[in-house]
Amino acid sequence: MPKLTIDGIEIEVEPGTSILQACEQLGIEIPRFCYHERLSVPANCRMCLVEMERAPKPVAACAMPCGDGMVVKTNTDLVHKARKGVMEFLLINHPLDCPICDQGGECDLQDQAMAYGFDRGRYGENKRAVQDKYMGPLIRTEMTRCIHCTRCIRFVNEIAGVPDLGAVNRGEHMEITTFVEKAIGSELSGNLADVCPVGALLSKPYAFTARPWELRKTETVDVLDAVGSNIRVDTRGPEVMRVLPRVNEDVNEEWIADKTRFAYDGLKRQRLDRPYVRKDGKLLPATWAEAFQAIAAKVKGVPGNRIAAIAGDLADTESMLALKELMVGLGAANIDCRQDGAVFDASSRAGYLFNSGIAGIERADVILLVGTNPRWEATIVNARIRKRYLMGGLKVAVIGEARELTYPYSHLGTGAGALRQLVDGTHAFADVLRGAKNPMVILGAGAFRRKDGAAVQAAVRKLAETFNVVQDGWNGFNVLHTAASRVGGLDIGFLPGEGGRGTAGIVEGAGKGEIDVVYLLGADEIDTAALGKAFVVYQGHHGDKGAHRADVILPGAAYTEKNAIYVNTEGRPQQARLATFPPGEAREDWKILRALSEQLGHKLPYDSLAQLRRRLAEVNPVFAAVGTVTPSPWASFGAEGLIEDSPFFSTVANYYMTDPISRASVTMARCAETFVKPAESAQERTGTHG
Amino acid sequence: MSAPAHDPAKEPASFAFTPENLERAKSIIAKYPAGKQASACMPLLDLAQRQNDGWLPRVAMDAVADLLGMPRIRVYEVATFYTMYNKTPVGKHVIQVCTTTPCWLRGSDDIVHTCERKLGIGVGETTADGQFTLREVECSGACVNAPVVQIGDDYYEDVSPEHMETIIDALKGGEIPKHGSQIGRQSSEPVGGPTTLKAFTTTAD
Amino acid sequence: MLRDEDRIFTNLYGYQSFGLDAARKRGDWDNTKALIAQGKEWIIEQVKESGLRGRGGAGFSTGMKWSFMPKNVTDKPVYLVINADEGEPGTCKDRDILRHDPHKLIEGCLIAGFAIGASACYIYIRGEFYNEGSNVQRAIDEAYKAGLIGKNACGTGYDYDIYIHRGAGAYICGEETALIESIEGKKGQPRNKPPFPAQAGLYSCPTTVNNVESIAVVPTILRRGAAWFAGLGRPKNTGTKLFCISGHVNKPCNVEEEMGIPLKELIEKHAGGVRGGWDNLLAIIPGGSSVPLLPKSICDTVLMDFDSLRDVRSGLGTAAVIVMDKSTDVVKAIARLSQFYAHESCGQCTPCREGTGWMNRIMQRMVTGNARVEEIDMLLEVTKQIEGHTICALGDAAAWPIQGLFRHFRPEVERRILDYRNAAKSLAAE
Repeated sequence: MPKLTIDGIEIEVEPGTSILQACEQLGIEIPRFCYHERLSVPANCRMCLVEMERAPKPVAACAMPCGDGMVVKTNTDLVHKARKGVMEFLLINHPLDCPICDQGGECDLQDQAMAYGFDRGRYGENKRAVQDKYMGPLIRTEMTRCIHCTRCIRFVNEIAGVPDLGAVNRGEHMEITTFVEKAIGSELSGNLADVCPVGALLSKPYAFTARPWELRKTETVDVLDAVGSNIRVDTRGPEVMRVLPRVNEDVNEEWIADKTRFAYDGLKRQRLDRPYVRKDGKLLPATWAEAFQAIAAKVKGVPGNRIAAIAGDLADTESMLALKELMVGLGAANIDCRQDGAVFDASSRAGYLFNSGIAGIERADVILLVGTNPRWEATIVNARIRKRYLMGGLKVAVIGEARELTYPYSHLGTGAGALRQLVDGTHAFADVLRGAKNPMVILGAGAFRRKDGAAVQAAVRKLAETFNVVQDGWNGFNVLHTAASRVGGLDIGFLPGEGGRGTAGIVEGAGKGEIDVVYLLGADEIDTAALGKAFVVYQGHHGDKGAHRADVILPGAAYTEKNAIYVNTEGRPQQARLATFPPGEAREDWKILRALSEQLGHKLPYDSLAQLRRRLAEVNPVFAAVGTVTPSPWASFGAEGLIEDSPFFSTVANYYMTDPISRASVTMARCAETFVKPAESAQERTGTHG
Repeated sequence: MSAPAHDPAKEPASFAFTPENLERAKSIIAKYPAGKQASACMPLLDLAQRQNDGWLPRVAMDAVADLLGMPRIRVYEVATFYTMYNKTPVGKHVIQVCTTTPCWLRGSDDIVHTCERKLGIGVGETTADGQFTLREVECSGACVNAPVVQIGDDYYEDVSPEHMETIIDALKGGEIPKHGSQIGRQSSEPVGGPTTLKAFTTTAD
Repeated sequence: MLRDEDRIFTNLYGYQSFGLDAARKRGDWDNTKALIAQGKEWIIEQVKESGLRGRGGAGFSTGMKWSFMPKNVTDKPVYLVINADEGEPGTCKDRDILRHDPHKLIEGCLIAGFAIGASACYIYIRGEFYNEGSNVQRAIDEAYKAGLIGKNACGTGYDYDIYIHRGAGAYICGEETALIESIEGKKGQPRNKPPFPAQAGLYSCPTTVNNVESIAVVPTILRRGAAWFAGLGRPKNTGTKLFCISGHVNKPCNVEEEMGIPLKELIEKHAGGVRGGWDNLLAIIPGGSSVPLLPKSICDTVLMDFDSLRDVRSGLGTAAVIVMDKSTDVVKAIARLSQFYAHESCGQCTPCREGTGWMNRIMQRMVTGNARVEEIDMLLEVTKQIEGHTICALGDAAAWPIQGLFRHFRPEVERRILDYRNAAKSLAAE
């Protein structure tokens, strides 16, 4: 452990620590532009120069490893002069357009210029102008502002794993560009706007819409996949202006996926802002009272076994619990939170969680992906796998569709055959698994979306037990869900009760006339056309498929409009917070159910969110510890049985359109147009589709 | 150097190495350790350029990238960093006049002017008949034989404006004039013969 | 003056063939096996004792550099890389070795490679030296054929390959880590140090990068003994050196001379003297474009070696002597170098990318006098803001010539600025 002196203070640091990191440990601020703690260190901006004894020249603190006996000074005339010099160089060709720059107010260059800039320019020559570049529908460029720190290049190369950016030419003609005029083909591209320290790379949808100081910031979580990325929603008045990541080392580090960041314009379109009741085949605006009366009139006298409820992918846990308890009151056992028709055994929590945790990926040395395309199903999880890959010594294998995942893998097969061979040890990859220290299996939601889902689950459990995937201090059995509501729903038992029907049974029953009332809590991904003559209540926030089929629409709140708990795929309950109020007459979902329950004569026993949360914790104690993962004990789960040889498919066919919000987003539509369509048509041309 | 010049109008539809050049490419790649084939990027770009009338269209860069398993942007970076790769079409003869201080001290300005006058083009331009491209370049590394003009792979040294005219005339006539010193020097010895090693001015045989 | 029998590069001018037979007659490849048989330590020790300092410009002890290489590396290859990316304005000495005496270089590569435990050697030749590179390749082919390199090189049991890698037009690739990047197939952008190439160089393997001349003199040093080489020149500035004399002399030339020869003697003996006589001398850049120029008063007496030139705030650099007589527009001569550095900056780090362009623009205005007198001090401040703050030495190299100009010729620039103002004023008055 090297011991050194910085500004007269002695410090001992881990080997490999840079001077800059040591300074941070001491609370000494070192200005920087190119340095980013999650990226490689090029030391090209030269802003972090410090003085080091016995060094003939100032050294770049970011790139100089601490050595024993070093004496470093960060606050000398020499250091200040060096930094002021660098600052001046950065500014000579930087435009003076801060008043119209979206980065204004949150710009590293602006901030550092306050500390190290002169009060006037000495550069009398013409400033450099650089042509802007096309980088796709999400990133806007203003390349004249670029300070050539290369963070963006390193981000796409290292984190995103899509080498689409580079610096061409040399000297003062050096320019950052894509190859050539090509959209950046990464679902993480929005992070470029965050890593860019100046206003060169910016959010395209956010362009010229707001100034940072006029935004109200709400810390919440994302629900457009099951990762539960921590986000900050910036609002102005009733409008969401942008979504930014929050740091959570266990979940998303400091990255978020493009859908998380850019689907927010979908919150403003296709909204259900008042109740509707269908009259003579037409949905007509109604009051809350009329809507409730319509439901009460229909439900009255219907026996419980002819009533059903399905929870959609964006449903919050509180409203699911309220709906479940209302259904119990009505004597209805036909409830399911798996609208995709997934079949698996939820009796043991370890059987449906991402048990290692997302951060646990960094400890794995072999990862087997079964029936999942993590790049589209959970972009942030995929980025973590890539991070692990870059650390070296990781082996990845895939059973399922062979997609470009940003890291190399061996493709063992598309169907269950390879899985069977692995379990019985006849596949060559079994030896790799056997030799692993911390093997991991990631089972995609797609593997459950088949009749033999529970058998697949059991087979993978067996595989896990055979190959030390579960051992002391390590549980590498991981289910990767795609629906934000899923684990919460399972945790409160939003599942068919005694003799009850699951999603498939409900749809079939409705079609056959065996179910009279279907309550859809934001469920849009079922086959709504197959519901026959059933009376459909749709509670949700978007005029999507469910609402179109509904007989009564109850307008609910989107995730940015309510205080609610979501449990991510790891089993981590996290709080979403109200950033704006629901539009028009729409209300928070649990309140709607509470009000309706009174109308139906089965009044739910909670009058406040606090009471409901207490009830939640009673139902499942994991809800008592919001933010943390309660480890789940290993148990026998699944249903052993025959697995069909049919191929596994991912649940996500189009990353940019997976739910009512992203489907309503113009930005996401543009992305699908740019990224998904060309790939699909190329696939059709070569005939490899399916 | 300007921004990456890319003129779709001049861009050929495709590029492929000839079978002979593909063989050459393979032997170039073999010079580097296994897995380090990216090292062959520069020589392969040169090979592609020589095959393609002295310039590198994008499709050729792509071909090199694909052959070496490199991201295309990395090859594009290399192609735009080094001055010897021509990103736009060039004349049959590329006349590169060194104008850095040692050559400038010995009259390189006159050489440039002679070329401009004789060819009717400015620096950086190509004659309408596609025969000549005129360039100023930085130090050619033959300073004791200044002024130096590189044409193709050859250095023309100790060049006077009169020599320059003769050289251009010869090229126009389809000849390749003798390269090296234009005033009869063997190489870098003082004009009139060496002051040292006089015993070595005859062949060793 | 150095005696011919003490000259190493006897075919400097290429009167004889560069081929193997002729090279052997000149003494190359003479029982190389015996030299190698003396062992690594002996070779490194001899080179250290000879006092040989790197001939590429920085002047670091070659033997010392070799001794920094990790010993007994078994888990990865070790490389010797030869820097033949000669492009420092004024410098054209390595070109003569490449085209006229390549076997000296190749034999040196074998011996040096053996001394540092290398398994292969890459010779990085600037792309413009197409014909020179072809000669080296032919010499390499001959050496392979004769069993001098390759498997069991010279019958020593040592396997050693030598390859050529051609550049493609970038001065910065003469910086050793940029050169390594370039061999790896990337842009020639210098790396941060540490790690130094000796720890992590080419393909992250231990690597030594040496200049052509430094390596080509090694076989002769070993044959004639370290003491012979050390006996030439002055202490710490030993041996012979290739000088390039360009610019305003009557007979520009390359010549091998003893280290420490007086500048005036060098020019008068070998280059036919300054055009118009010594008194017509204005200034000399004594070591390639990167070192500050010297006015005549210093040139009268200064000796051509590392320490003498350092003492007069210049440097030996590559020993490329650029002579300017009194007809020279010295401001333009230096401004042209500023243009060179702006053109050759790799663009990676801020001070050099932005600073070289800025300096160039001011310098071009200074040539005509279209500037303010205060801008001289501002320009000098800008040079100081670059110097010592960049990843590699190109920033320093761009700053020093300007500093040298104003150290010795400031009144000339001030006069121009005044003239320009007066001309503008009288124009306005008309």
